[in-house]
Amino acid sequence: MLLGRVIGTVVPCVVYKGLAGTPLLIVQPLDKTGRPKGKALVAADATRMAGPGEMVYYEGGREAALALDPWFVPVDHAIVGIVDRVHLPAGRDAS
Amino acid sequence: MTIGVVVGEIYSTINHPFYDGRKLLVVDKRLPGRRSTGDYIIAVDTVGAGVGELVLILDEGNGARQVLESTDGPVRSVIVGIVDHVEPAS
Repeated sequence: MLLGRVIGTVVPCVVYKGLAGTPLLIVQPLDKTGRPKGKALVAADATRMAGPGEMVYYEGGREAALALDPWFVPVDHAIVGIVDRVHLPAGRDAS
Repeated sequence: MTIGVVVGEIYSTINHPFYDGRKLLVVDKRLPGRRSTGDYIIAVDTVGAGVGELVLILDEGNGARQVLESTDGPVRSVIVGIVDHVEPAS
C-alpha cells in the first residue's frame, strides 16, 4: 500500500455493471512524508467515505478489487483506509 | 521479498473492515548495504516489528493472504520477519 491525497472526484456516466455506485476518486500518490510523488491515478473508494483533501492509503493490483463488493470487478487501485496521522519518529509527521 | 527499515506508523480510524485492529507500518526499502532505494511501502505487521528495525517484506497477494489467514482480504504487503543482519557475498 502507498499513501495518497484525494484531489478530485470522477463522475462516470456509463460503467461496467459491477462498478455502479462505487465512488471513483482521483488520487495523487505521496511519498512517506506526504509530498506529492508520481502521477495522479483513479482509485475506487472501498471505504466509501474518503473525500477531496484527505490523505488515504490505497492498494494496487489484483488485491484492489478484493476490497470492493462485488469483488469481481475491473479495478486496479482501491482506497482501503483514511489516514488520521503518519507518525515518523525520525522525521516530520504527515497528516 | 525485499528488506527495509521501519520508519513510521499509520493511524487510521476509517478503513476497510479487513484492516480493523491490524498494525500498519511505513517501511523504507533498502539495498543490502542499508542504503535507501528511495521507495517505501505500507505493510501489515505480523511479527511485532518496531521503528528502526530491519524487516523482511512480502509484497505478493496470495502469500500475504495466507499469512493473514484470509481468503479475500484486500492485502498485498506484509512484514514477515525481522532481520538480524545481512551478509553480502565477499
